[in-house]
Amino acid sequence: MKIDRRQFLKLSAAGGGAVFASSLAGCAGMAAGGRDFYFVQLSDAHWGFNGPAVNPDARGTLPKAVAAVNALPIEPDFVFFTGDLTHTTDDPIERRKRMGEFKEIASGLKNKNVRFIPGEHDASLDHGKAWMEFFGETHYSFDHKGVHFVAVDNVSDPAARIGDEQLAWLAADLARQPRDARIVVFTHRPLFDLAPQWDWATRDGAQAIAILEPFQNVTVFYGHIHQENHHMTGHIAHHSAKSLIFPLPAPGSQPKREPVKWDASQPYRGLGFREVQAEKQGPKYAIAEMPVVKS
Amino acid sequence: MTVDRHRRRALASGAALLAAAALGAGVAARGAERVIHVSARRFAYTPNRIELKVGEPVVFELVTEDIVMGFSIPDFKMRSDIVPGKTMRVPLTPDRAGTFIFLCDIFCGEGHENMNGQLVVS
Ligand SMILES: [Cu+2]
Ligand SMILES: [Fe+2]
Repeated sequence: MKIDRRQFLKLSAAGGGAVFASSLAGCAGMAAGGRDFYFVQLSDAHWGFNGPAVNPDARGTLPKAVAAVNALPIEPDFVFFTGDLTHTTDDPIERRKRMGEFKEIASGLKNKNVRFIPGEHDASLDHGKAWMEFFGETHYSFDHKGVHFVAVDNVSDPAARIGDEQLAWLAADLARQPRDARIVVFTHRPLFDLAPQWDWATRDGAQAIAILEPFQNVTVFYGHIHQENHHMTGHIAHHSAKSLIFPLPAPGSQPKREPVKWDASQPYRGLGFREVQAEKQGPKYAIAEMPVVKS
Repeated sequence: MTVDRHRRRALASGAALLAAAALGAGVAARGAERVIHVSARRFAYTPNRIELKVGEPVVFELVTEDIVMGFSIPDFKMRSDIVPGKTMRVPLTPDRAGTFIFLCDIFCGEGHENMNGQLVVS
């Protein structure tokens, strides 16, 4: 099956829910040869969350997602977790327990090229201290097959700021890239004001977008809002991922931001991970949304 | 423009006095602006429902009973930190009616995500 990525981009630019139900990894020859590759994005596992009305399988969903990734017919080049690995707790000992357990489960991934960034649930109560003990730096960059990846931390500051220091680092990191470089940003919160009323924003996100703006080929993958959302700021595409614990309602669709209740007739609905395929050339990415459990 | 603002102020202070008399505790008139006291603590605001009038200038007086909190009304692009031991004063003149969310925008603990309230402007 051939996926029309151009069409996908058009859809996402229009703000529609551009979703490919099929598995990209099922496309024969997709990852073979050239510099084509795909990676997997997982987000918002909230390990330690307890709320049976919302997810009666809170301790089973993450392991199921790991199993689903392991079962992909073609192995991704790498796996990326975009934060909220754990559910927040005021207790620093419990926080570390949750992080240890999460790390243990994630180590069950066959793919050993796994990277993480924190979410506010992980990092906002201790400025990322516990998180760094388990997962290392909270912002960094790396290159993979011609794409420059940047991980931006907008959660270690409890006020949801990237901060001047990190913004300067971001500008310096990107200064080494040509204007037409293929740049992918991973972050937890939306960099734009998706719904500040629901805390779906980054206080100084506009500054990050201004730094990214001169580059022609920028795509942002983030989490935090527990659902897919596709948005353009100028020429920059922003794609949020589903959660692995509970979905949240569409921005502004109801007065309160409350988890969507578990539906026993459609268990695990709204949960999942995604595959992102980078084309050999150009800034195009094809995105496939995958369920935690095949129905 | 200036005249307009003056007239609005005059009207507003009259309304503020009436409102202060009617509401009593928690609301007091000071100068031209109605003062609205809001107290924050993990993980709630008191009051968590505030009624305002379109065009009426008010000043929020914000305090926290425990740790650093935020007070943000994104629809009016208004926010402030609330620092322990201080009273933060923030002015607002709502320019449109509706029900708006105010929320804590500094992650403060397990109940942070439910730390919000309603601003009802009529
Ligand atoms: Cu989050
Ligand atoms: Fe989350």
